[in-house]
Amino acid sequence: MVTALQTIEKAEVLKTGAFALISKKLWLSKPAYISAIVLTILYLSAGFADFLAPYSMNFADPDLANAPPSKIHLMIDKGYISGPFVYRMERLFDVDTYKQVYSEKKYARLPVKLFTKGEVYRLFGFIPSDLHLFGVDVPGRIFLLGSDINGRDNFSRLLFGAQKSLTIGFLGLLIMFPVGILYGGIAGFCGGLVDNIMMRVAEAIMSIPGFYLLIALAAILPAGMNSTERFALITVILSFIGWAGLARVIRGMVLTIKQQEFVEAARAVGQSEWKNMIRHVLPQTTSFVIVAATLQVPNFILSESGLSFIGLGIQQPDASWGNMLKAALDNANDLYNQPWLLAPGLLIFLTILCFNTLGDVCRDILDPKSSTV
Amino acid sequence: MSLPVYILRRALQALPLLLVISIMGFIMMRLAPIDPLAYLKANPAISQETIKAEEERLGLNKPPVVQYVLWLGNLLKGDLGISTSGGSVSSLLLQRAGNTLLLSVSTVIFTWLIAIPAGVYAAVYRNTIIDRLLSIFTAIGMSMPTFLLALLLLMLATKTHILPIGGLTSQDFFERNYIGKCFDIIAHLIIPVTVLTLIGLAAIQRQMRASLLDVLQADYVRTARAKGLMENSVIYIHALKTAINPLITLFGFEFADLLSGAALTETVLAYPGLGRLTLEAVQSKDMNLVMASLMLGAIMLITGNLLADILLRFADPRITLE
Repeated sequence: MVTALQTIEKAEVLKTGAFALISKKLWLSKPAYISAIVLTILYLSAGFADFLAPYSMNFADPDLANAPPSKIHLMIDKGYISGPFVYRMERLFDVDTYKQVYSEKKYARLPVKLFTKGEVYRLFGFIPSDLHLFGVDVPGRIFLLGSDINGRDNFSRLLFGAQKSLTIGFLGLLIMFPVGILYGGIAGFCGGLVDNIMMRVAEAIMSIPGFYLLIALAAILPAGMNSTERFALITVILSFIGWAGLARVIRGMVLTIKQQEFVEAARAVGQSEWKNMIRHVLPQTTSFVIVAATLQVPNFILSESGLSFIGLGIQQPDASWGNMLKAALDNANDLYNQPWLLAPGLLIFLTILCFNTLGDVCRDILDPKSSTV
Repeated sequence: MSLPVYILRRALQALPLLLVISIMGFIMMRLAPIDPLAYLKANPAISQETIKAEEERLGLNKPPVVQYVLWLGNLLKGDLGISTSGGSVSSLLLQRAGNTLLLSVSTVIFTWLIAIPAGVYAAVYRNTIIDRLLSIFTAIGMSMPTFLLALLLLMLATKTHILPIGGLTSQDFFERNYIGKCFDIIAHLIIPVTVLTLIGLAAIQRQMRASLLDVLQADYVRTARAKGLMENSVIYIHALKTAINPLITLFGFEFADLLSGAALTETVLAYPGLGRLTLEAVQSKDMNLVMASLMLGAIMLITGNLLADILLRFADPRITLE
């Protein structure tokens, strides 16, 4: 929320409207274009997770815990190329290193099948199906990114984790922005004592280091909630951290806007103060709000991952990118030999990078002054 | 207004703020469905008398308002209670806060030493290859979660065994002489400071670049050029002085970010700092410790902002302290 856009060049925004301007110009920037494509792919993957994942979120094969990624083989035999296949994995105990090792059983060859039947699921929660994009016949397993300590497929869980990690950003916006905008709007519009008290409260919240507040709030969540309740409350907490900063900027903008003639004019024709604020004053902040929102989504995603990473956010057995990355920390001593454990972290990074790029481009479009820089 | 008076006034202004924070924190802790002494009771090393005394001190059998007043009174006396591990909260906090401060200050120094020249360079040689590379680098830095970078460096460190990881001192710390101790601490600081510096660099480099480019378009810079000053003195003497002002405001924010961002880095790298302490306190439901570190965090943040305001006063004589 550091990016105060008080100096927004209004002319072009007012003529075409902020949303129209963005949808017209966004595609001219190559980084924004690529980011939008990457994000679309990520969100589609999350939406179709049930179909794309070979296993369900909680499917576990305890005999194959902490397995490395399955190697996909192609055999060239007498001029013919066989379809891709995997070998069955077998867990052995290496008596020299006291570690478990996996080896491939070369006699048990399992072809990778496309559009295969597997576990039953409901796509989007209501379309029943058992079709999966790919899979191998039981008892073989295909773990593209290895399996976790419970023998669950990391690749599948990454897709299901995306459902939580990617939506929390937008859900958070739905709470934080109405609260922040209304709070700042009322404080700035009313002024005087109301403004004073409201801003002191907001300042108090801003004076607690965000992460400390976050973990303190997460800690007081009662145990024994189901995963939906917990997800909802985590979203509320995340929104609680950022709204004060937003409210302060909005208040500053409202203070300037309410000096202008059209506000006085609306008052003169008998519009109530409340309506005046909602209909005339607050819409003036749209450009800023759009940019702030685009830049806030990655913040939410980052906070959720951080929170889940330290075990206070989304809890096992539910998957989120943050709590999956925890496995990398748990295996820190041997991380070099299991780099696939970092995959959730790279996805978090990629998502944030794309949102930041989109946000920067949106800001350049709505604030031409900064785009010359 | 002279500086000491100003500082005093700001400190007095901060008091009601801290009061509001403490009330909010207290309400939050009361909302928690947790017996604040549960862990004390579960710890067999702690005697019944200690628990009784702690119950009495917190006034747990009295109404919440009385509890708050009691807590505040104890706080003012400097008595923060005992932690679930049995130690005194205040000594624990002081020690950890020192470590976090050491980490933050080293990070700030390195961040600024690298980010400012890099930002100036990118602005002066705008749109060159190096500027482009720097902007890609900062885009990555802005989007990289601290815990991911910490994990990556941790991975390298466990592989190469060049640098120590975890803690702030080695096992043989107390057998070393003074210089040996210093080197030991520095070696332990390298990885956490690198993580936080790489993350912090990006925002400051970008701001420096944008700010200098802004100033370079100003009339007085054109005048300076027109009267035949060397380009170097135009940029480094005339323009840079103005361009650096917005960055000083950023300094306060950066301090806040460090306090927050360091918590995750400290956890991943097992650095004995305030953030990790708070996190552990939260995880073990150590309410005395959580409240105390919330307050300490707020105080450090307010101090950081005050420091930024004072620095700004020295950098820009147009600004008066009021």
